[in-house]
Amino acid sequence: MNILVFLVPAALILGLLGLAGFLWSLRSGQYDDLEGAAERILFDDDDDKPDEKKNRD
Amino acid sequence: MSDVAAKVPETPRADPGLFVRTTPEGRARLDLVVAGMHCAGCLRKVERGLAELPGVEYARANLSTKRVAVRWDPALLRAGAITAKLADIGFDAVPFDPKLLGSMDDGEGRALLRALGVAGFAAANVMLVSVSVWSGLVTDMDDTTRAFFHWISALIALPAVAYAGQPFFRSALRALRAKSMNMDVPIALAVILATAMSLVQTIVNAHHVYFDASVTLLFFLLIGRYLDVQARAKACSAAQNLLGLRAVAATLIAPDGSQRSIAVDNLEPGMRVIVATGARIPADGEVLSGISDVDTSLVTGESVPEAVKPGSAVFAGTLNLGAPLILCVTKRDDDSLLAEIVRLMESAEQGRARYVRIADRAARIYSPAVHIMAFGTLGLWFALGAHWETALTHAIAVLIVTCPCALGLAVPVVQVVATGRLTRQGVLVKAADGLERLAQADTVVFDKTGTLTLGRPRLMNAEEIPAADLALAMALAGKSRHPLSVALAGCGRTLPLPVLDDIHEEPGMGLQAKLGDETIRLGNAGFAGGSGRGPEHAGSELWLRRGTKPALCFRFEDTPRPDAKEAIAALKARGFAIELLSGDREPAVRKLADELGISEWRAAARPDAKIARLEELAARGRKVAMIGDGLNDAPALRAAHVSISPSDAADVSQTAADFIFQGARLSPVVEAVDVARQARRLVFENFGLALAYNAVAVPLAVAGFVTPLVAAVAMSSSSITVTLNSLRLNLGKAKGNR
Repeated sequence: MNILVFLVPAALILGLLGLAGFLWSLRSGQYDDLEGAAERILFDDDDDKPDEKKNRD
Repeated sequence: MSDVAAKVPETPRADPGLFVRTTPEGRARLDLVVAGMHCAGCLRKVERGLAELPGVEYARANLSTKRVAVRWDPALLRAGAITAKLADIGFDAVPFDPKLLGSMDDGEGRALLRALGVAGFAAANVMLVSVSVWSGLVTDMDDTTRAFFHWISALIALPAVAYAGQPFFRSALRALRAKSMNMDVPIALAVILATAMSLVQTIVNAHHVYFDASVTLLFFLLIGRYLDVQARAKACSAAQNLLGLRAVAATLIAPDGSQRSIAVDNLEPGMRVIVATGARIPADGEVLSGISDVDTSLVTGESVPEAVKPGSAVFAGTLNLGAPLILCVTKRDDDSLLAEIVRLMESAEQGRARYVRIADRAARIYSPAVHIMAFGTLGLWFALGAHWETALTHAIAVLIVTCPCALGLAVPVVQVVATGRLTRQGVLVKAADGLERLAQADTVVFDKTGTLTLGRPRLMNAEEIPAADLALAMALAGKSRHPLSVALAGCGRTLPLPVLDDIHEEPGMGLQAKLGDETIRLGNAGFAGGSGRGPEHAGSELWLRRGTKPALCFRFEDTPRPDAKEAIAALKARGFAIELLSGDREPAVRKLADELGISEWRAAARPDAKIARLEELAARGRKVAMIGDGLNDAPALRAAHVSISPSDAADVSQTAADFIFQGARLSPVVEAVDVARQARRLVFENFGLALAYNAVAVPLAVAGFVTPLVAAVAMSSSSITVTLNSLRLNLGKAKGNR
């Protein structure tokens, strides 16, 4: 049963990573416009963030 | 408000500069409502177009709310250039009042989603451990491993419950402080007790812990809560967009004669403002110069425009149909007739405050019952001589299995499905408990102008008029935007129109033109030399005079909504008593009531008379659904048990109403009633299912047979049954469409 000492923390860390990912996506506003997100994937170009493009210029 | 008015462009669009906010970094920020955005293509066009403008740093369109946020360098660009650019690429953008934006509670949804994420993580991981423990109970898991697993569960569950349970704990605390009960009291109690007891069990290294039950419980309940908030937020944002479209600004004439745009809030008595043709009058005032017609239907419910001349008093919110007017403002914005109506409305709010939501009514019976049962179990086991620990464990097991998980989902899931279905049919559900109240209604009271009718006149006597004269009148009317002219020009007859010269409009009087040598006049009786008004005529009229011949009369009446008769019949068939309560004159009201088959009607009812009638009905125990649109209906909308407004209603009425329906037809109202009743039935079915499940689970818990495994299975299955049952509301619709 010693294997549990590795497996349980591994499971928890993976779970926490998932949770952190979710919280990050929530904070960056990815749940604010669910309909828009579904449509945005249809844009052909890769650069769909007008703000970043402007900042680079 | 009428469709005619909606078609007339409100020429002096509010200056977007008034709505710009400055960010801490010194950038300008503007929120716009772009109602025409529907697809990826529009989204991209809008964002690309704005990004091309010099100085724009950020432009992001939100397709769900139909809003666009723009941030730019104010040194490089004016706000007007942004709306102009959007107009160039074919989108009509209206600045959104930041004050409205501020009142919007966007944080609630996000906080719930965060709690949901945490609860989901905890539920998944605790379950992972719990399943191992459950299988270990029947195989060869030793005590040390089980203890290790229990401690891990505790480690995950304790912080998760402390964080994700907060929405329920707070609400329960609020209810207890107010010395009342809601569904969150038993929920909070069960979660806290289950967690605390499990912690004790873990410390003494017992066989059973309930961490999985407490976190999955939170997870399911948070889903219900999130769906509830989400559906309401969506309806509210749509309603706010409608209000935002009426961007409020006035054109001020400075003492030096120059004109500039000013927010309505900043108008002071004595200021002079100019109101263009087709624009809404921004404040109560007195006409200084200009002769025009004013559409007062929002205030009085009267369908015939009122003529105004210098010296007449006009009210904020009415629509200038004729020539431009210059007004002297007589009252501040918060002092206007509109503000008075708002105050009347606040005092009228009675049916609402008394209403207790079904779920909370259930909680009033349910919570004490559950708590008594738990105490009973404790006493029973104690009396039977059990150890206090065993007795307590069984009592808590009773609390856990009776925890109203299914009840917490029963209402929100039905609510979400019903709201979604109604939104697709063009009905926005604004009030959280609106559907419940609508399902109780047994009487429908309609307003006339703009609600049963379109608020749009229709030519009544086209057959009596010689074709040549009709063609002449149509040709002349086509040059004017007065509602009667628009109705005449669009009367549905296709005739070869004569060519007229030298057409001009006399404000407040009519139109004049030349056909060859003859002078043609189309306008009011005095202008065209008509003789009096028809005997039993209920609407308004236009007169046409050709040269020296006697004048011809064109009679107009308001058009009922295309399916008004069917909708009334459908409502009657559903057992509603129908009543018509209008501010309009008696002949017009009687005629419409006869036409639509409404036997109860009252004409010339002022706002306070409407409230009095509603109170009279309420005193007789009727539950009234009020359907109205005008400013004059707003207090009545508030006073009624439940209220519905069309989407072109006055701002205040829309704010007061529980539902808003879109489009020219009344059928969404019938649909809303059907869905509300169906939803109510489903909610009760769900309660029934939850109770049936409790009827099985409670005796088991009292007898001490409920292990964590049984609790988890029973709880999840009842939640899933309730959710699936609620989804039937959508199936019903699919059948209806076929």
